[in-house]
Amino acid sequence: MAKDSVPVEKLEPSYLDVSTNKYKTGILSWILSVDHKRIGILYLFSMMAFFIVAVFFGFLIRLELLSPGKTIVDAQTYNQLFTLHGLIMIFLFIIPGLPAVFGNFFLPIMIGAKDVIFPRLNLMSWYMFAIGGLLAVTSIFLPGGSADTGWMFYVPYSIRTTTNVSPALLAAFILGFSSILTGLNFITTIHRMRAPGMSWFKMPLFVWSLYATGWVQILATPIIGITLALVAIERFLGVGIFDPALGGDPVLYQHLFWIYSHPAVYIMILPAMGIVSEIIPTFSRRSIFGYKFIAFSSLAIALFGSLVWAHHMFTAGMSDTAQFVFSFITYVVSIPSAIKVFNWLSTMYKGSIKADPPLLYVLSFIFQFSIGGFTGLMLGALSVNIHLQDTSFVVAHFHYVMFGGTGFGIFAAMHYWFPKMFGRMYNLKVATWGWGIVTFGYNLLYMPLFVMGYLGMPRRYYDYLPEFHTYHVVSTVGSWILIIGLTVMLTNLWVGMKRGKKAPMNPWGGETLEWKIQTPPILENFHEIPDIHAGPYDYSKYEKAAKEAT
Amino acid sequence: MSDQHHEETHIVEYGQYIYIWLGLLAFTGITVTVSGINLGNWTIVIALLIASIKSYYVLNYFMHLSNEDKIFKAFVFTALLTFFIFLSFTFWDYSFTR
Repeated sequence: MAKDSVPVEKLEPSYLDVSTNKYKTGILSWILSVDHKRIGILYLFSMMAFFIVAVFFGFLIRLELLSPGKTIVDAQTYNQLFTLHGLIMIFLFIIPGLPAVFGNFFLPIMIGAKDVIFPRLNLMSWYMFAIGGLLAVTSIFLPGGSADTGWMFYVPYSIRTTTNVSPALLAAFILGFSSILTGLNFITTIHRMRAPGMSWFKMPLFVWSLYATGWVQILATPIIGITLALVAIERFLGVGIFDPALGGDPVLYQHLFWIYSHPAVYIMILPAMGIVSEIIPTFSRRSIFGYKFIAFSSLAIALFGSLVWAHHMFTAGMSDTAQFVFSFITYVVSIPSAIKVFNWLSTMYKGSIKADPPLLYVLSFIFQFSIGGFTGLMLGALSVNIHLQDTSFVVAHFHYVMFGGTGFGIFAAMHYWFPKMFGRMYNLKVATWGWGIVTFGYNLLYMPLFVMGYLGMPRRYYDYLPEFHTYHVVSTVGSWILIIGLTVMLTNLWVGMKRGKKAPMNPWGGETLEWKIQTPPILENFHEIPDIHAGPYDYSKYEKAAKEAT
Repeated sequence: MSDQHHEETHIVEYGQYIYIWLGLLAFTGITVTVSGINLGNWTIVIALLIASIKSYYVLNYFMHLSNEDKIFKAFVFTALLTFFIFLSFTFWDYSFTR
């Protein structure tokens, strides 16, 4: 497909060795770099730092719930812990996780470009991400303590609490700008910078998913920006937009919040689906099944996913008509999601499957995302929703989609593209153990929440009835196993990055453009922009060999 | 790219701005007047209609959208369409609750 392959023995200085500014080495050569790959790495390390902080908060939450009553923290601290856990995980890990890290690094390479179209804007997006993130974390240490509203900042409580809601709102506002600018950059890059011959239907599916995500980022994020600004105005000036005591409407806040925050779920999951669509053909040695269906289903998910927000509000006092309409569209959005799962499994059918760590994470993704998706349909049904609303069933569903789906998608991408990004390999056996422990711990942590929630355990409660004790113990033990697995996984990647053996150009046998260039890539990816003549997943030679063998 | 960029200067009379400004003031007056009349669900529809007409004039004349390329008009249209969809879907709730 590409004409720009470089033999491994003739390695040229990579992007890791060549700076784009006057600082040749050191931190300044990174934080002032406009190279899309270095910016991707900047996002990766800052994002992982925030992830570790949020995992620690999650660990404390589970530890507190190990036994009824007070275990390690008081109720107020518990409220602050789950707020920060949600805030950091959502805005600083899952939303930027795949687009900002792997989109930045691989989007230009996969479409045969030398960089994104606005490199300086790209660096500015990272600064906004870093400033927003630091502000969110700094708010913990300000007088008054960190926000205790939950990551949704629901009014009227968020207007009245004396904790540091305003800095947290400002942080989310700034992070929104970062997200909008990244989306804008990607959409323009995809429109304007594809290599000659790369028509829309020759683009890799990860690029399609970033394209759909970019539109949601641009169109939906401004709404959360203005909504959070209105909460700040309400706090400082008491205008009466949301505060019922002043004639405002708290349900209006929920509408505005979810108009962004539900599509945001698709900002999170769509790129993960793109990763899955990349990894499955590579490790099954099969051309992707139903390329156009997967591409269009990304757009359909982006479109319909933007119109289902009020299914978060079935018990908030909405009209019956709205409940019916939003419940119906919720069911509609499951169709393109199911199309994807069907196509992934069909791609693997009769493939020459090689169960390396990236594929193992993808298999966990499909299993867990399917559970998350089906329980989402249960919650989308009006009658069932009334029983399960605000129980730990919702927490389990959300974590199965967001962590079991997107989180595992991020882990899969880390293992898949690691050799290309750092030019070294990690230990495959340790990575496989890491995957096994993470998957087991994860399911042990979240599965009991489904059962507890169904039996009536409310979400976000500090205390609980004795009948839920066993489930909480199992779940907390699961959190310990999960953290052991994460430690194994991250340590293995860190050691691989520092001391791993040199990676070849194409360790997995991938067919997309990133596997046709040097490992790690040179500064502008290609000496000459490649001419594209075929689709991205041409495994016909393997399929032919497999047919002949049978 | 600069050689492809074709800049045209449009001269707009001061009088036109003043007429539009007066028109906007008049529409503001109508908004305030209508808000005092109880028209049920139509109150919000009429208020939004007047606001839309005012926005049309501000966008087209004060912000010079009428003299811009089609692509910029398409951008604004997409944003407005998105806004309209979100607003109308919110009214599935608002219109049937009260």
